[in-house]
Amino acid sequence: MDAINLSHKDAAFTRAVATRSGQSVTACYQCGNCTAGCPAGFTYDMPVSQIMRGVQLGLKDQVLNAKSLWMCLSCSTCTLRCPNDIDVAGIMETLRHMAREQGQVSVPKVNKFWMSFLDTVRIFGRSYEIGVMALYMMRSLRVFTDVDLAPDALSKQKLGLMPHVTPNGGAEAVGRIMQRFKERADREGGAA
Amino acid sequence: MSIVYYPGCSAAGTSSDYEKSTQAVCDALGMSFTPLPDWNCCGSTPAHATSTELSAALSVRNLDIAAKMGAEKVATPCPSCLSNLRLAKKRMEKPEFRARVDELLDEASSAELPQTYSVMQLIYEKYGSEFVAHRVQRPLKGLKVACYYGCLMSRPADIMADFGHPENPQVMESLLRACGAEVVEFPLKTECCGASHGIPERQLTANLSGKILETAQNMGIDALVAACPLCQMNLDLRQKQAGKAMGKEFALPVFYYTQMMGMAFGIKLSALGLNKLVVSPEPVLKKWQAALKEGVCE
Ligand code: SF4
Ligand code: SF4
Repeated sequence: MDAINLSHKDAAFTRAVATRSGQSVTACYQCGNCTAGCPAGFTYDMPVSQIMRGVQLGLKDQVLNAKSLWMCLSCSTCTLRCPNDIDVAGIMETLRHMAREQGQVSVPKVNKFWMSFLDTVRIFGRSYEIGVMALYMMRSLRVFTDVDLAPDALSKQKLGLMPHVTPNGGAEAVGRIMQRFKERADREGGAA
Repeated sequence: MSIVYYPGCSAAGTSSDYEKSTQAVCDALGMSFTPLPDWNCCGSTPAHATSTELSAALSVRNLDIAAKMGAEKVATPCPSCLSNLRLAKKRMEKPEFRARVDELLDEASSAELPQTYSVMQLIYEKYGSEFVAHRVQRPLKGLKVACYYGCLMSRPADIMADFGHPENPQVMESLLRACGAEVVEFPLKTECCGASHGIPERQLTANLSGKILETAQNMGIDALVAACPLCQMNLDLRQKQAGKAMGKEFALPVFYYTQMMGMAFGIKLSALGLNKLVVSPEPVLKKWQAALKEGVCE
């Protein structure tokens, strides 16, 4: 990570993270417990405790551009081990929401995978594996990176080939939930 | 009408063996569920990573149908669904949050939403080890296993407090001991397997699953026992990828706990979906059958 640049302090950002996550970000005293237990930490450009520090200091761009936000596995180990009872995983989640709203998605393929998953849910009411894969490949213009798994996955029927459609209008009901969500997000100025 | 069953999307695809064996074990114990008709996906990680309100709306639609059926509890085999359904119920206690979520639904949700439990917790609380042991016909003799819960079965700690210690739960161990297996304490039992990053960030998942498999294999166990469809897939279907990441060769069968319980209950192996395991369970079955035979001759 580059040296912390204090010239971009944004107190409103610190307050927004605190309000949206419902957490007291000032309670962090930088013990590093969260970072020590973070299983994804070896892939992070900014360790989770530094993200906490960045939030305290109002380093909005640096924090929202961190690749770490998208590599986080939501395992909540950080939350569990924080001596100050800060829901650190919840703050990471809030930061993902804020980064997406600002159009700052620094690991696009993770986000594309998630969006592909949600597309199958929007259409069918349930997710199904082949559909997620196909949409993800289209979005990321990547050929299926797991070809080495195909023989096992197919012979063991691990992948649902047919969509599991929620019957009795459930799929449509889910479609309406997603539609209302999108409309509201557009109205309120966040990217869905 | 008291417990409504929510299978989750994996049940119809990657983990139909988990689904099959869960049903078989519950039938054998006499635990009955009412299916939740018309259930929808809880949105999993992609929904909550997008918006807490969207995630809650997808979960609440299910909880609301269950509430209208008069359900006291919802049961699910999947820890990820469990976590989403529980978080949604908890967040709905806040009126402002509830109003935002209700706005996304076709109609305002029921005032009282039922709580969700893992099938494992329900089995344990309803029957306990003694009753389970009583039901055993073919004990898991000679089998040394380790239990792996993954990161979501016992966490976040504030919503899963009724399951036991967030980093050292004991429910699965108790159930498998009751089934006659030798269960070793697995230090990585609640470590993350790399979850759904297997597709977009395969190296991350391969590394984390690799560490779990390496530790497990070094303990000299016959099998690892899992309770989460995503963990099981990362450890079993992706075992070769994990081996490559660690520069090791793994050959460790990864069962669902319900498959192991079903074996002990004397349920036909074909009804437990063992044929879907990618790493062959044959060595485990042979060892077990040999131990059972020895027992008969004694
Ligand atoms: S939730 Fe994310 S930041 Fe926290 S320990 Fe897990 S991977 Fe690391
Ligand atoms: S564990 Fe808590 S107090 Fe310690 S660095 Fe992380 S957030 Fe700060």
